[in-house]
Amino acid sequence: MEFLAAGFIEENIVPKFNYWVYVILMMIGLFAMITKNNLIKKLIGMAIFQTAIILFYVSIGVKAESGIPILGHEQHHEIVEEGRASSEVIKKEKFANPLPHVLMLTAIVVGVSTLGLALAISQRIYGSFNTLEEDEILDQLRPGGHD
Amino acid sequence: MIWQFDIIILIFMVLAAIIALRVKDLLGATLVFGIYSFLICLLWAEMGAVDVAFTEAAVGAGVSTVIMIATVFSTARRSRD
Repeated sequence: MEFLAAGFIEENIVPKFNYWVYVILMMIGLFAMITKNNLIKKLIGMAIFQTAIILFYVSIGVKAESGIPILGHEQHHEIVEEGRASSEVIKKEKFANPLPHVLMLTAIVVGVSTLGLALAISQRIYGSFNTLEEDEILDQLRPGGHD
Repeated sequence: MIWQFDIIILIFMVLAAIIALRVKDLLGATLVFGIYSFLICLLWAEMGAVDVAFTEAAVGAGVSTVIMIATVFSTARRSRD
């Protein structure tokens, strides 16, 4: 049993520890969205959930020996001036895969606009209910409540 | 990707996420959430995604912290949980 657990840790947790931490972050965000009573706290949880998913996608594109996906000046020179084929100059193991980066750039901007809209809506909620706590809002909404 | 940096930043990120959700003062929670965003920005720069890193630094950590602070100051600052 102990041996099995050690094998599981060595095979699944140690080499992929970043994925495990992303799932932990995602669960922290989900927990906050479900259990927190304050609307701002719920939004912070939503943002944490979002960034955990974006982190997961970006980390898919990382390779073991990779650097930033930008072409160096000398490589550009070799391709354009000396006319060598780009496949022999550019080693694809040296660059992180830029496709997930571009997709997640969109997701970040959409996430910020979602957050801004949600904060604007919570300001309007505060304007009409004078509170941001969910249970107090539900109390006032109930028939026979304060309103 | 340097795994030592990765582990340190990820530990700080989980701590920042938990603290941002535990603090009862909403202004403090917002600022800790800004710290969380900047840690994510560091992590992306270290992963080789520099474009995502500077977008996160400008939009995620900058703009969303500012609009959250504006909301906290125009509504209630204390939270019960």
